[in-house]
Amino acid sequence: MARYISLVIFLAALSFLCLSATAQTQKTMSVQVKQTQLRATPSHLGKIVVRAPYGARVTILEERGDWKRTAYGSYRGWVHASSLTTKRIILTAGQTSQTGTVGQGEIALAGKGFNKEVENRYRATNKNLDYTWINRMEAFDVTSEQIENFVSEGRLSLGNEGG
Amino acid sequence: MKKFTLQIISFLALLIFCGCAAVETATTVATDIAVQRGTITKEQAASIRTGTTAVSRSLEEFTPEQEYYIGRSVGAVVLTKYKALNDAKINSYVNLLGQTLALASDTPELFAGYHFLVLDSDDINAFATPGGHVFVTRGLIRCSRTEDELAAVLAHEIGHIQRRHGISAIQKARMAEALAVLAREGVKTYGDEELIKLSNSFGDVISDITTTLINNGYSRAYEYQADAVAVTILRRAGYQPGALVNMLQVMGRQIKPGGSDFAKTHPSPQARIAELGMSAQTAQIPNVRKDRFIKAAGHLL
Repeated sequence: MARYISLVIFLAALSFLCLSATAQTQKTMSVQVKQTQLRATPSHLGKIVVRAPYGARVTILEERGDWKRTAYGSYRGWVHASSLTTKRIILTAGQTSQTGTVGQGEIALAGKGFNKEVENRYRATNKNLDYTWINRMEAFDVTSEQIENFVSEGRLSLGNEGG
Repeated sequence: MKKFTLQIISFLALLIFCGCAAVETATTVATDIAVQRGTITKEQAASIRTGTTAVSRSLEEFTPEQEYYIGRSVGAVVLTKYKALNDAKINSYVNLLGQTLALASDTPELFAGYHFLVLDSDDINAFATPGGHVFVTRGLIRCSRTEDELAAVLAHEIGHIQRRHGISAIQKARMAEALAVLAREGVKTYGDEELIKLSNSFGDVISDITTTLINNGYSRAYEYQADAVAVTILRRAGYQPGALVNMLQVMGRQIKPGGSDFAKTHPSPQARIAELGMSAQTAQIPNVRKDRFIKAAGHLL
């Protein structure tokens, strides 16, 4: 009987943990892109409050369409949903995140799998491939100011605003 | 003791129905408790944890970071078939236009953002990689007479990225194999053997995607989906959605049947217009849009 009761308590405790862990993942998310911006308003033209690096953990405070108002350290700002994931991202050595360490057993992703190392290996066996223009096109820079002018002069709109 | 172990295992199976993070947290707790009770050894606990992680990982797809690396190499393969057009004027304009359109998509933020490049070819063709690299030939730019029409072309390519069509081109068996290799990854850096397996798997993935992009083309359904996304993007951004129809009409006149470009990889422009079920753009385009298009692309037309 005592065995049975202890099992019931054990299962109840686990269920509670399961639920609270689920609730926690809904409230906290990770940046899944190289860098995202917390903005003062839910718009890609909103003033940048602070930039958050890959793997940074943010707390969700409010949602408006595809935009989430988040807390990142002492900063508050709007982040577009496409830059966030509910997964935890463990960063590899050399990369830093202000949100501290991530425990073992949680999902490790950053810098793993198909990464620079794998690309280099692939390039070594496919010497006909030239990445010069891939690197060059990735360096083409468009600023928020340029987009803002392009939109207003062309009588366009930024389609993806929150609120 | 055996009975207790069995109970834990069956309970862990039940937990699969909870979120993945919850499964992992609960697994860690359950295995910790089991180790303390002496039911299982530390090694067994570690093995159960790794197994659960692998299960939850295999249910997911590639991360944006992995899609970015896939995209870089897909782009490099595209550049073995077509040369880049070293023309700052048109490339700057296409990037400004393309990134403005990307902001109106459902996926404005990719791992390393969207990047656009014009290809030095008279072929009528365009490609988008899972990593956000978009290529469009000079021949395709020549089919557009306004900024709105060029916007329609770029928005269609962004549509392929938003709907993750590149990744869907990977054969199921290859995908399973790649995800299995990725799930086996250790905490530390890869050993030589794992790296070889990974880069072979990577090569297979690149080959599946580029074969589809360059030779076989996507299914009609995917092309229609990308057109539908393009219409949404154009509308949101304030462009005339009918510009896509104008563009397709010009393409319909210029495409050479039997060619190795769009003619081979896309449904006929007529079929796409019929699927869109909308009429061509007739309203006036603001002069500033006309002027800047001519200024940036006039020398290519």
